[in-house]
Amino acid sequence: MTILANILIVLTISFGAIFIMVTAIGLIRLPDVYSRSHAASKSATLGVMSILIGVFLHFWLIEDHFNPRILLGILFLFITGPVGGHVIARAAYFSGVKAWKGTVKDELKPEYERKMKEASIKEKE
Amino acid sequence: MTYFIWAIIVNVTLSLIGLVYRLVKGPSVPDRVIALDSIGVSIISLVGLFSIFIKTSFYLDIILLLAILSFIGTVAFSKFIEKGEIIERDNSR
Repeated sequence: MTILANILIVLTISFGAIFIMVTAIGLIRLPDVYSRSHAASKSATLGVMSILIGVFLHFWLIEDHFNPRILLGILFLFITGPVGGHVIARAAYFSGVKAWKGTVKDELKPEYERKMKEASIKEKE
Repeated sequence: MTYFIWAIIVNVTLSLIGLVYRLVKGPSVPDRVIALDSIGVSIISLVGLFSIFIKTSFYLDIILLLAILSFIGTVAFSKFIEKGEIIERDNSR
């Protein structure tokens, strides 16, 4: 039974470590802010969730200590990781960071220009 | 099992060095904020692995605390970048 538990823990923790490594490679290699935030928010969240599930299984199956605080931490990271990525990408767009020159489509641009024109008309009045 | 945990800790620490490279070099401010967010996530997983390594469960409260601090830091930084102030005062009420 201990061997089975160890195999499960090793599998989940290795999976998480691979995803943390993919996050670092993505943040170093990708060309602009938006693709970097795409790499950081998703794969880092999945990696840390998997590592924490491994830690939870280790303390539950091997040391006989059911710890609900880790489950609460996993839930919190699952909710806040993508929200943080979205918020920082939005702030980067509205503060005027240029996208990479190979970007094919920018669907937010006409809407943003229309809003800015309306705001300038309102300020003149 | 001990050697396995050592290998994973070394792996996560190498990723942390890569994220610190992006934090120092990043061309714009949102790059650095994204790197800080990912550094917080990596430190959370290091705390979990370290508490397996020394076989105690007293450090597991730090995971919740670091997650909350990292999220609040990201939201505050992005509001500062977007609007120039963190807490908006509305005097018209």
